[in-house]
Amino acid sequence: MTKTLYDKIWDDHVVHSFDDGTFLFYIDRHMVHEVTSPQAFEGLELGRRKLHRPSSILATVDHNVPTLHRDKGIDDPESKIQVETLDENCQKNFLKYFGIKDKRQGIVHIIGPEQGFTLPGITMVCGDSHTSTHGAFGSLAFGIGTSEIEQVFATQTLIMKKSKNMRIWVDGILAPGVTSKDLILYIIARIGIAGGTGHVIEFAGSAIRHLTMEARMSICNMSIEAGARAGLIAPDETTFNYLHGRPMTPSGTLWDQAKAYWKTLYSDNASYFDEEIKLHAENIIPYVTWGTNPEMGGPITDRVPDPESILDLDGKPDFVKQASVARALDYMGLKPGTPLEGIKIDQVFIGSCTNSRIEDLRAAASIVKGHKVATSVKRALVVPGSGLVKEAAEQEGLDQIFKEAGFEWREPGCSMCLAMNADRLEPGEHCATTSNRNFEGRQGRGGRSHLMSPIMAAAAAITGHIIDVRKVM
Amino acid sequence: MEKFTILTGQIAYLKLSNIDTDMIIPKQYLKTIKRTGLGKYLFAEMRYDRNEEIIEDFILNQQPDTKILIAGENFGCGSSREHAPWALLDFGIKAVIAPSFADIFYNNCFKNGILPIKLSQDDIQTLIHYSDLTINLEEQTVKANKHTFYFALDEHRKTVLLNGLDDIEKVLEYKSNISAFEKKHFEKFPWLIGSKS
Repeated sequence: MTKTLYDKIWDDHVVHSFDDGTFLFYIDRHMVHEVTSPQAFEGLELGRRKLHRPSSILATVDHNVPTLHRDKGIDDPESKIQVETLDENCQKNFLKYFGIKDKRQGIVHIIGPEQGFTLPGITMVCGDSHTSTHGAFGSLAFGIGTSEIEQVFATQTLIMKKSKNMRIWVDGILAPGVTSKDLILYIIARIGIAGGTGHVIEFAGSAIRHLTMEARMSICNMSIEAGARAGLIAPDETTFNYLHGRPMTPSGTLWDQAKAYWKTLYSDNASYFDEEIKLHAENIIPYVTWGTNPEMGGPITDRVPDPESILDLDGKPDFVKQASVARALDYMGLKPGTPLEGIKIDQVFIGSCTNSRIEDLRAAASIVKGHKVATSVKRALVVPGSGLVKEAAEQEGLDQIFKEAGFEWREPGCSMCLAMNADRLEPGEHCATTSNRNFEGRQGRGGRSHLMSPIMAAAAAITGHIIDVRKVM
Repeated sequence: MEKFTILTGQIAYLKLSNIDTDMIIPKQYLKTIKRTGLGKYLFAEMRYDRNEEIIEDFILNQQPDTKILIAGENFGCGSSREHAPWALLDFGIKAVIAPSFADIFYNNCFKNGILPIKLSQDDIQTLIHYSDLTINLEEQTVKANKHTFYFALDEHRKTVLLNGLDDIEKVLEYKSNISAFEKKHFEKFPWLIGSKS
């Protein structure tokens, strides 16, 4: 019987099938951060239960940590307690933990792959919806809530139903100036933010094969923005080359054994997908959002839509969508018909689990080099995804390029992607951001986020407005 | 977890689709290390203005006794934060009715004794004309005056809510299955035993 990549990983992790159509499903690895874990550790203790397999866990602090003046500690008393609580929980349970002073500390979804903790064929969870990132390695990875964190702590399993299979096939190769971020924003706008609900999306085709691991991660990262808990890309030589020699990847004969198995991880010819979509890379140009969810975006040559022009599939006015778009435009302070190119920018954020890897920083620096941040831009931030990304970037002199241009060069963390720490937008400010969510208030109450690629954000920084990056390359 | 059997209570209708978890509970309230006390921050940026003054015309400010929330499609999209169902529950909302839900939020509800009900847009348009509804989980019905609507629900999820079950308790009964699985699993994938550091 032919199987999809998802079917193969699924079958290898079923512990038991219950009569009611659910399955007891095994979890290989678990990443933990400070915001969604304290109640799970507490629940475990109250229930007098033990961690089932502590070696399956890698923990770090990311959501709440300051990106400035680390040596002075954490000002915000609540954030401080949360970080200290994770310190204690990791110490008590002898967990592998990259604390705030460890140079390996960073965003969970950056450090898992960076350490080689993320591997093809494994199941991986984290109390964070962007766990889908790790699917870029052919790992079945998805976000869970705190109760499920506690369950994985205690049992290493979850009770689940199998998702449906969806495949998005992208032919061709992305053109210069067009990145995997543009591709995923294009996909989300096309299938909608609930288009992948109930599905695992496999991304395939020549355009995907030609991407680096960093670029693949940005795509799987935002699968959740299309409603899919997990994204998947079959592992190949690019994957193996990325993983080889990382601190936690297997070595010696185990590496050979693992690699032989990883090579079997692909969707068989003629395997069944509940839904299949074919796209052509040549049709994609730089993308940017104008609204308050990730599907509210368009190619840079577009204009802000008129809510009244939005029709349903039968060509009739879609009143619910019209109301949503009207509300979004009101929040964003944008008028129908305004060209996307030219929207003025107050802040720039280059960072987040979507786009804060070394390749993202290199690409952004290549645009910034020799230019200054426009005087109308109040603040431009670069927040590397991990201490190791920061170190590598500094060795290459990228920090100097950014600093000379007028960017602030910060310590690693989630930062202004969700603005739990001090990095946030002021009401009404427009931000060119490389993060993943443009929800109302996401980057600060009243803040107006425009999602885009790192090079598009860099171009916005030096011109002061949203611009087609291909004009400044 | 409290059992869910029959719920009768006041409804509040939020005529919005894609209500995300950032909207349900903004990030500044995720710094707690407890599960309780989040009700006063539910939909905080819609309930309070920038000076933290109450916005009088927001429906949950007008109806603090709301037990059933009705909303547009794709309710609960975005972040995996379980603080969203915790905040709903702490406010007193024990059921949410919408045409569709985001996967992680939907899952999180059942871990907290909240019943998310999928009903069509047409059914919802009828229901919102009533101020109170009765939900019967055993029968899988929502009743308003002379109207009765049936909703679908997985058997497993229904059992969990009806009996107030804890999944961990149930799974621990399968401990030997898990051990047997692990033995086989790590023989097949020896590189996954522990992880190097």
